[in-house]
Amino acid sequence: MAGPVLEIANLSVAIRGSGDRPHAVRGINITVGANEIVCVVGESGAGKSVTAQAVMGLLPKNAMQVETGSIRLQGEELTTKSDAELRAIRGTRMAMVFQEPMTALNPVERVGDQIGEVLEVHTDLDPTERRKRVLEIMRAVHLPDPEQMIDAYPHQLSGGQRQRIMIAAALVLDPALLIADEPTTALDVTTQAQILKLVRELQCRKKTGVLFITHDFGVVSEIADRVVVMRLGSIMEQGSCEEVLRNPREDYTKMLLAAVPSMTPPMRSPVSGAVVLQTEKLFKTYGRRSLFQPKARIVNAVSDVSLTVRRGETLGIVGESGSGKSTVARCVARLVEPTSGAVRIDNVDIASISEAKFRSMRRRVQFVFQDPYRSLNPRRTVGEAIIEGPMNFGLGRKEALQRARDLMAVVQLSPDALDRYPHQFSGGQRQRICIARALAMEPELLIGDEPVSALDVSVQDQVLRLLDEVRRKFNLAVLFITHDLRVAAQVCDRIAVMQRGVIVEQGTTSEVFAAPRHEYTKALFDAAPGRNREFFAGAAAGA
Amino acid sequence: MADVILDTPIAAPAKPAATFRNLHNPGVVFGTTVILIVLLMALLAPWLGTIDPTAINPIARNKVPGAELSLRTDTGERIKMIALFGTDGLGRDVYSRVVYGARISLLVGVSVALISVACGLFIGLLAGFFRILDAIIMRVMDGLMAIPAILLAIAMVSLFRSSVLTVIIAITVPQIPGVVRLVRSIVLSVREEPYVEAAVTLGTSTPKLLWRHVLPNTIAPMIVQGTFICAAAILVEAILSFLGIGVPPEVPTWGNIMAEGRQVFSLFPHNIIYPGVFLAMTILAVNVLGDGMRDTLDPKMAKRV
Repeated sequence: MAGPVLEIANLSVAIRGSGDRPHAVRGINITVGANEIVCVVGESGAGKSVTAQAVMGLLPKNAMQVETGSIRLQGEELTTKSDAELRAIRGTRMAMVFQEPMTALNPVERVGDQIGEVLEVHTDLDPTERRKRVLEIMRAVHLPDPEQMIDAYPHQLSGGQRQRIMIAAALVLDPALLIADEPTTALDVTTQAQILKLVRELQCRKKTGVLFITHDFGVVSEIADRVVVMRLGSIMEQGSCEEVLRNPREDYTKMLLAAVPSMTPPMRSPVSGAVVLQTEKLFKTYGRRSLFQPKARIVNAVSDVSLTVRRGETLGIVGESGSGKSTVARCVARLVEPTSGAVRIDNVDIASISEAKFRSMRRRVQFVFQDPYRSLNPRRTVGEAIIEGPMNFGLGRKEALQRARDLMAVVQLSPDALDRYPHQFSGGQRQRICIARALAMEPELLIGDEPVSALDVSVQDQVLRLLDEVRRKFNLAVLFITHDLRVAAQVCDRIAVMQRGVIVEQGTTSEVFAAPRHEYTKALFDAAPGRNREFFAGAAAGA
Repeated sequence: MADVILDTPIAAPAKPAATFRNLHNPGVVFGTTVILIVLLMALLAPWLGTIDPTAINPIARNKVPGAELSLRTDTGERIKMIALFGTDGLGRDVYSRVVYGARISLLVGVSVALISVACGLFIGLLAGFFRILDAIIMRVMDGLMAIPAILLAIAMVSLFRSSVLTVIIAITVPQIPGVVRLVRSIVLSVREEPYVEAAVTLGTSTPKLLWRHVLPNTIAPMIVQGTFICAAAILVEAILSFLGIGVPPEVPTWGNIMAEGRQVFSLFPHNIIYPGVFLAMTILAVNVLGDGMRDTLDPKMAKRV
């Protein structure tokens, strides 16, 4: 078939009502050819998902509408089609894979039936033929043991397997166009690598055109033929993958690429401050066998973890979801009680003292959470949030407010902002506020549990720099939890790699990155998207 | 350090307060209006052309609405008046009784709502936040829920004599478990919020934590639940009075008036129709108000507006 599969020309989508801008996307042109993967990259609010929804005819009815422009699928105009006509095209000629495999599948229907539903709606195959087709496509997406799995429910599958089911359902009728909206964002890095490989493989075999939406330049470099960079509803730049990643023309693209942390850790001199945190043979077990539940499942979330963090040092814990890295952090802050083992802060074992006694020590260990949207009480002003801790420890309101004002300057926010409520701030600003709140306690140990993983890459870069700056300024010990090897490479002095609750490897960042010893560490590094690529490392940041 | 980076400008306060959104909801407006009218009626009862609602007048028994009565006042004068809603089997003025009856109905409704929400909040917070108490408290609540409300009321009234206070307590007790369950479920989800955990790491003491970070999340659902309880309580009070086990029969309440009119309903339906209409309108208004409040106070709805 000649001609592009998808052709978006001068498309504008209007947002109804009072938004922060009148158009979700404005005047964009994108074409996707057969057998081509086009990556749409951009930060949140760029209009990537709206573009995908506009193509699928899935724009929220009361909020957005296509204003001008055309969307042509294999030469056929989509914007003028009725709902019924679009419904016939969705699934057969274009299909979509969503970000969250947990919620995109119906939890009470067998996965085989969910794939079969597409066939049931669009073809007149009888049930036995349908089952045969479903098994075929399940084999094609490399699901283990399809005969068994076809009758499984979504909760019985892993995240990666669920995403494979989603892809199978999308591709079962060989659509000409596949739209993938951040399909690997919710997955672990090793699973992500497999899914990317799968998309590549299926796309090659079936000559599908793929519109792939992502925010991750690593993923882009792995999979894209062409790249479209979007910002605030407009296209900033598009071109072939090599062209955009090697020689970006626009400042915005340069800034984005420069913000991607490098996989090469910078030289760091070893830190020899006093030991602030020491854990010894830390265990955390969930579930307990009792008289009534002799066969209850026991999960070792953390087993035999021993680490030390010194003053002025950042220890990174890396691992995939479920590896127990967050649980270690929560044990140290005593948000969960460790099952056994010792957690020593300045040589006091906080695991064995009572909650009431530990409260007086809370000041020393502070926590920055992952989700900046949920870690501030929406009903209390930023000022109240920051002074809450110091006032708990007997500081007067006036002094506490003064300290809050000073800290707002440290985290590079205007001190006037103290009277505002969290919803008036962006994610990055909120994370700064959370850091200020932690610093107000004058802690010795700062724990960051994925503190930048919910942020856009440019904001992430700023927050990482801020964290590094306050660590130096206040000579803090930092325990940094992350799943992102690039981030870990940049901020950590030492790294501990966790898998299934156990530390499999521990060493200085440069050692671990240069020569990973454990199999699992090697697998992690292999799976990191764009591992061999430095993103525009030489250019000046924020040009 | 002087440069102040703001990655995006700080947004101006956007959404209007819930109070203003409330005014656009027809349910809230209608409910509030009707309730205000009934409330004014209850408060201003002596000045609304009423006579003593308990005054018996044997010569003017079972008069139809609009009939003219002649009464003897305390000073011995005779005055004439129109019985708007007629009179009952003892010659008491139904209009006066209905107007005064609103007092008891509102008193019972509002106090049951306030007491059960207050008790429920307290118990629910404890159950939701302290895992050890949870099992015990919730089993007690399950036990309470197993007792039929009317049966409990009958038992209480026969144990302690019938009075307004007994009725209020008898209606309140079965309402508490519902509130406790609701509060507990909210607390269970809020306690997992990172901002609550953040407060823990800041060394905030448990009572302060509950007061500052947990309790405010329960306010909106409690207002909604409170209105529904209020409506239910007014209804249950009327049922109890109708069954003759509620407020003492000499006190005029909507339920009592209807109970006394029951035997002569086919001949003189006004004894039941007038208090019945007031009861129905009041409960409808409270329920509609509750629905409207739920729509406007629901944080998910608020985000969309």
